[in-house]
Amino acid sequence: MSSRRAERLVNLVICLLSTRQYLSASRIRQAVPGYEPDDGTAKSDEAFKRMFERDKAELRELGIPLETGRGSLAEAEEGYRIARRDYELPEIDLLPDESAAVGLAARLWQSARLAGAANGALLKLRAAGVDLDPAASAGVEPRVQATDEAFQPLLDAVTARQAVRFGYRKSFDVAPEDREVEPWGVVSWRGRWYVVGHDRVRGATRCFRLSRISGEVHRVGAPGQVSPAPPGVNLLEFVAGSFRHGPPPKTARLLVRPGAGAGLRRYGTVVGEYEGQDVLELGYGDVDSLAEWVTSFGTAVLVQEPADLREAVVARLTELARA
Amino acid sequence: MNATLDRLPRLLALVPYLLARPGVLVTEVAEDFGVPEAQLRRDLELLWMCGLPGHGPGDLIDLSFEGDSVTVTYDAGMSRPLRLTADEALALVVALRTLAEVPGLAGRDAVERALAKVEYAAGDVAQAADAVAVRVEARAHTLAAVQQALDEGRALHLRYYTAGRDETTERDVDPMRLLLVDGRSYLEAWCRRAEGTRLFRLDRIEVVRVLDEPSAPPPEAVPRDLSAGLYQPAPDHPEVILRLSRWARWVADFYPCEKVRELSAGYTEVTLRVSETDWVRRLALRLGTGCEVVAPPSLVEEVRAEARAALAAYGVGAGLSSAP
Repeated sequence: MSSRRAERLVNLVICLLSTRQYLSASRIRQAVPGYEPDDGTAKSDEAFKRMFERDKAELRELGIPLETGRGSLAEAEEGYRIARRDYELPEIDLLPDESAAVGLAARLWQSARLAGAANGALLKLRAAGVDLDPAASAGVEPRVQATDEAFQPLLDAVTARQAVRFGYRKSFDVAPEDREVEPWGVVSWRGRWYVVGHDRVRGATRCFRLSRISGEVHRVGAPGQVSPAPPGVNLLEFVAGSFRHGPPPKTARLLVRPGAGAGLRRYGTVVGEYEGQDVLELGYGDVDSLAEWVTSFGTAVLVQEPADLREAVVARLTELARA
Repeated sequence: MNATLDRLPRLLALVPYLLARPGVLVTEVAEDFGVPEAQLRRDLELLWMCGLPGHGPGDLIDLSFEGDSVTVTYDAGMSRPLRLTADEALALVVALRTLAEVPGLAGRDAVERALAKVEYAAGDVAQAADAVAVRVEARAHTLAAVQQALDEGRALHLRYYTAGRDETTERDVDPMRLLLVDGRSYLEAWCRRAEGTRLFRLDRIEVVRVLDEPSAPPPEAVPRDLSAGLYQPAPDHPEVILRLSRWARWVADFYPCEKVRELSAGYTEVTLRVSETDWVRRLALRLGTGCEVVAPPSLVEEVRAEARAALAAYGVGAGLSSAP
């Protein structure tokens, strides 16, 4: 894109900032250099109109608050201005440790769009006179990925307060199911992204892992129709809570070879010794999950009880031995 | 994003930036804005042509150059930067909130003060940040000890659980960095025991003690490049190929794979580079029929032998004939 266009846009911003009255498009055409001059032909008017429409769109895309209105009832044409108080970043003054924190925070995002936005924010803070040292807090490196394809469409839907529909796989061996959700927010918990909202089919609050959304996220209904999350609902807590189980209801007794099974030992208690093996007591909820885990230790861990766990481990080992 | 959309925010920010820093070096400005000096000079030349309607000599933005430094002498009303956009406010506010919530992170007080000021300056658009939240888990006590060692330049003693080898070991390390990556916290340090740079997941540090002796990572202790992810497959490590059924497919997302190939009937083949196969053997035992080890052949045999030996311990082995 040409320097001429950039120059025209800067002049347009300066012009609209400097006026208290709404300026009509024809006044702007005279005041801002670079627009198609008015030679009285419809063709030049058309060219100007196209340029001006594009410029307005570009300013709005950058977040420049372009106001439209009429200076007086007598004026036939709608005019434009930029209100200084809506345009200007308020005063911000950061102490050295605060600007170090901001510099650190701006390094957090790894995905292009959010990293770009964080850099855009830094640029404006610097322009507001804040000194930011890029090397500050070099001992800490925060990094968050947001690369799931569904991330941006869902975030946009949350911002637009619009419902979404998407295909969702509960696990990999089932076909995706259609879900319709009023999204409240997108949260990252244990390195994975979830969308939390009101599931219209189930009529309840649900969370969905972004990596299990298959295909596109479609918007449903009009923007602005989704009410915000009910008061007291903390989205992160909701996701964390849906993984939290009560205290493990059952206890297994395992014989663990001394020096081995460190992973199991971290969650259990050695209660004694039996034929040179440590007796480890371990609380658990699901037999199959524990059987999987115990099997992974091979000869180092033997189930003493309960019987169903023992059988589940033997069955798994039998399959593995046959393979 | 087109070039103007990149350039225009910079042009709009430049005048107030220079206004706040009379006599700043052009090279420093270029660095702060992340552009080559030649580009920055073109930006300044362009701004020089811009100004208030009328565009007479007194209406144009005026810059004075002295040696390599630059000063704005007339700003044509561009005295403040533009407000933050919703995207910008979201990116910065969510990042600050994330740091403010890390348990035990040093300087959280400064993070909170900065957060309040940024939220205030962002105004209404700061609400956009409510749409996103990120949690980084950490144990406050461990994190505090690691940061203390980093700040004071001291070595650490760790009791650490290595999941890969399923063992807990005692070791002294020279701390290099604290990494908060995708929800978890890690210490990157020179491990004196392994004589190499290692990552220690903070939730697997069972005991941590700040030592009196100074931290002294040797010159070969180089921080890893995080842009390609935390773990990068080392091409010189032996290759392991696993064929996963649908319900073991998570392995492809969970471990850094060199190759992931979708096969028919919902099967997935992954190729990993591993320094040791112990943990892969345990993984294969754990996945059972959901995972077939394709290579190396020695590992195929190891898994089968281990399963047979374990069965024997249950007194089941005798009836099994050897595999066809």
